[in-house]
Amino acid sequence: MIRFDRVTMTYDGADEPVLRDVDLTVPEGCLCLVTGRTGSGKTTLLRSINGLVPRFTGGLLQGRVLVDGHDTSALPPRELAGVVGVVGQDPLASFVTDVVEDELAYGMEQLSIAPEVMRPRVEDTLDLLGIAELRDRPLRDLSGGQQQRVAIGSVLTCHPRVLVLDEPTSALDPTAAEEVLAAITRLVHDLGTTVVLAEHRLERVLQYADVVVRVLDDGHVVHGDPAAVMAEAPLAPPVVRLGRALGWSPLPLSVRDARRHATLLRDGLGSPHLAEPEPDRSAAPRLTATNVGVRHGRVEAVRDVSLSLDAGTVTALMGRNGSGKSSLLWALQGSGTRSSGTVDVAGSDTRSASPATRRSLVGLVPQTSGDLLYLETVDDECAQADAESAAAAGTCRALFDDLTGGGVDGAVHPRDLSEGQRLALVLAVQLTAAPSVVLLDEPTRGLDYAAKEQLRTVLRRLADDGAAVVVATHDVEFVATACDRTVVLAQGEVVADGPTAAVVCASPMLAPQVAKVLAPEAWLDVDAVIEAALDAAGGPT
Amino acid sequence: MREATADAPAARSPRQRTARPLHPLAWWIWALGLAVAASRTTNPLSLCLIIAVACVVVAARRTDAPWARAFRGYLILGAVIVVIRVVAYMVLGNRVGTTVVLRLPEVDLPGWAAGIRLGGPVTLEGVLSAATDGLRLATMIISLGAANTLANPKRLLRCVPAALHEVGTAVVVSLSMAPQLAESVQRVRRARQLRAGTERGHRAVRAVAVPVLADALDRSLALAAAMDSRGYGRIGDTSPARRRLTGALLILGLIGVCIGVYGVLDGTTSAAQGLPVLAAGAALAVAGIATARRRVRPTAYRPDPWAWPEWLVSASGVAVAATLVASSRLDPDRVVPMFDPLAWPTLPALSTIGILVGLLPAVVAPPVPDRSAAGGAVGSGGTRPPASELRLAAAPVAGSHPGTAGSELVP
Repeated sequence: MIRFDRVTMTYDGADEPVLRDVDLTVPEGCLCLVTGRTGSGKTTLLRSINGLVPRFTGGLLQGRVLVDGHDTSALPPRELAGVVGVVGQDPLASFVTDVVEDELAYGMEQLSIAPEVMRPRVEDTLDLLGIAELRDRPLRDLSGGQQQRVAIGSVLTCHPRVLVLDEPTSALDPTAAEEVLAAITRLVHDLGTTVVLAEHRLERVLQYADVVVRVLDDGHVVHGDPAAVMAEAPLAPPVVRLGRALGWSPLPLSVRDARRHATLLRDGLGSPHLAEPEPDRSAAPRLTATNVGVRHGRVEAVRDVSLSLDAGTVTALMGRNGSGKSSLLWALQGSGTRSSGTVDVAGSDTRSASPATRRSLVGLVPQTSGDLLYLETVDDECAQADAESAAAAGTCRALFDDLTGGGVDGAVHPRDLSEGQRLALVLAVQLTAAPSVVLLDEPTRGLDYAAKEQLRTVLRRLADDGAAVVVATHDVEFVATACDRTVVLAQGEVVADGPTAAVVCASPMLAPQVAKVLAPEAWLDVDAVIEAALDAAGGPT
Repeated sequence: MREATADAPAARSPRQRTARPLHPLAWWIWALGLAVAASRTTNPLSLCLIIAVACVVVAARRTDAPWARAFRGYLILGAVIVVIRVVAYMVLGNRVGTTVVLRLPEVDLPGWAAGIRLGGPVTLEGVLSAATDGLRLATMIISLGAANTLANPKRLLRCVPAALHEVGTAVVVSLSMAPQLAESVQRVRRARQLRAGTERGHRAVRAVAVPVLADALDRSLALAAAMDSRGYGRIGDTSPARRRLTGALLILGLIGVCIGVYGVLDGTTSAAQGLPVLAAGAALAVAGIATARRRVRPTAYRPDPWAWPEWLVSASGVAVAATLVASSRLDPDRVVPMFDPLAWPTLPALSTIGILVGLLPAVVAPPVPDRSAAGGAVGSGGTRPPASELRLAAAPVAGSHPGTAGSELVP
């Protein structure tokens, strides 16, 4: 269905090609998962399927890309619209109309499909994706998962043979991600659509894949059966790492496969010794929030939340899209709306403090962290941050080098940094003011496993140095390994609060893969399990 | 809930009427009729009557959609126009009449500015004629504002012929960019607080402008890529020469139509000068649309129907315009009164009846689908259930326990 014939893609001004000698065939009706590190060329590979690369990006594409027999060098993306449907990372950015039903019809109108054909197709698509009740809703009012399904629906109505999805679940909470993936697998199974999908969170998608394509850092690709490719992939979800470490064969790709292998392991391991040191209750908490409420117009985003954050703890803030996580973080920081309650940090209320003082009390890395950056080079940003926080010159740059491990050229434009580096820069800018409380909103979005591991180390060090850290995230695997405490919000209220192990293992949606494999024992960290298992195996013999 | 909204108007009219939005083109024809009528009279009573007609119809048939909330803004704009016109007259205007009401200090201008007066005596006649002049412009703007309030601008763009499809989509996209830009500015300003930005002046502007513009560019590129991959601007096998011909015909035609309309509506030239240009322009435009018909044309999903209410609404607009054009020729003294010598204007009978015909849409236009459905009315066709009902149905899904919503979808 899709054929890459010795494709080499080089962007303008780049020394090295981003894709090199790619020879790849994706058969019809197959779900193809594309993996690779951040910036490795996954998006380039996806967008070359309908010719957006190189037509929209510039650069030189050598070799041929054939889709359903059409050569993409001969036809522009618009002429391929009936064959390839492309859904981008941010569905809201790709909507043309403002109501769900009109959005579903837009593509068909462009393809000149007769009105009497359009009507039933829209109805079918609404049912197929389970969005029939949303048909008259404005697109902007939908939740992230609903928007993502509408975006998929809007290309499906044209009956494309190939569906290309770039990180369809990266912004979604676990439940919404399940909904979207269920819809995608239904397409593959029932309609025989060929799906090509890129994703960082392999734990969500790997089990559904028929073929895995791994884009290597040098631009070559490795592809084949999921188990074969994952056997040597450096970026792998917890079940795969567990299986590899313990030599399970065939390699488990899903929790279900792993549980079959794990019966013996479960008995041998026993309970994890949770030697979590109880936080020192005698010390005053870094931040005390009492009955915080946030109201946006008629919507009550946060209702009566009381929290205290202790020094030395990393707290996860979870909850579905729109449950009030961001509103709460902004209210705690003091720059956002707060309609009721008090937030006390070191004796002063964050709301009444000046922005400069506020910044030295609580640092917040917002969801679209790029909003904070506006200068041309990394060094300019760092110097500006030093000036803003009245810190010694070089403080911000030192923090940035510390976070990234050094080696980033100071003359680089912040937009040219990788996702992880840009996050580190914003974090460094915020840490320059030396706040005792650090809040991060969705920092793991777009980060691969290696970058997340680095972020985990950074947060742990911040906490060990005496800060209270809060991370709002949907990433259960990240929470399981990085956070001591988990707070779950629903409809603006705290519905669960406690040690991470207790909170996440109590919920099937929030439990990490290892916990599911070894349930009912509350293991969270795959490395701890592997260590314990090897100890247990090595001990008796 | 649906029955309740359908029954409410039924209580007033003997026949059961289905709630549906009127075709946007009908609203625009009606509103343009009012605007043309306003352009032909300076009688303040007639002008106020036209504004009143527009207000009544808007009040009767307005939805609760975002674009429908702006009518008050048009009324305020109208008032501002009248005030500006009067103040400008008082400072700069020519002196007509003899009834001096106010004496402003007069500024002596140097010789090269002879003919321009600043200040001096202000006459009642002059103020009145300036006020009616301002009122005329205000009435035209309020009429067009009424059309914008009653019809979804995006929906109107769907009626444009295939030849103008690309331009129409570009306008739609830019319409949706404005609120996004505002949202983006708000977000970046909020983020600025996190850094406690201390810059002043142009550096502060830059701190907001750079991220906002970067964001806007990113969004535009993403949207352009999305639209292209969804088939926007497909040309099929139309030759470039044919596309150039279509473009040339359309542009020339539209220029001709503009000149022609100006000629017809401008009271000082005779209609005979404007009509031929208008006809030629229209012919060129039709030719352009006809050549465009041969190419791949996008089809319309659930187009708005054009039925008798649409005919009646647009006919009422044409009638208002026609009576005012006719009566301004038959009875110029009362339709276009001069305030020199001062006299109380009287309502001319023919034009008054004509203007009152413009009230017809308040009754004949179908009732608004659902007043509480802000966004639902955006694209609602006739048979779609009101959005508020759907919101209620959707609520339990959104608020359900994690896991239930997803499990329903598993094939």
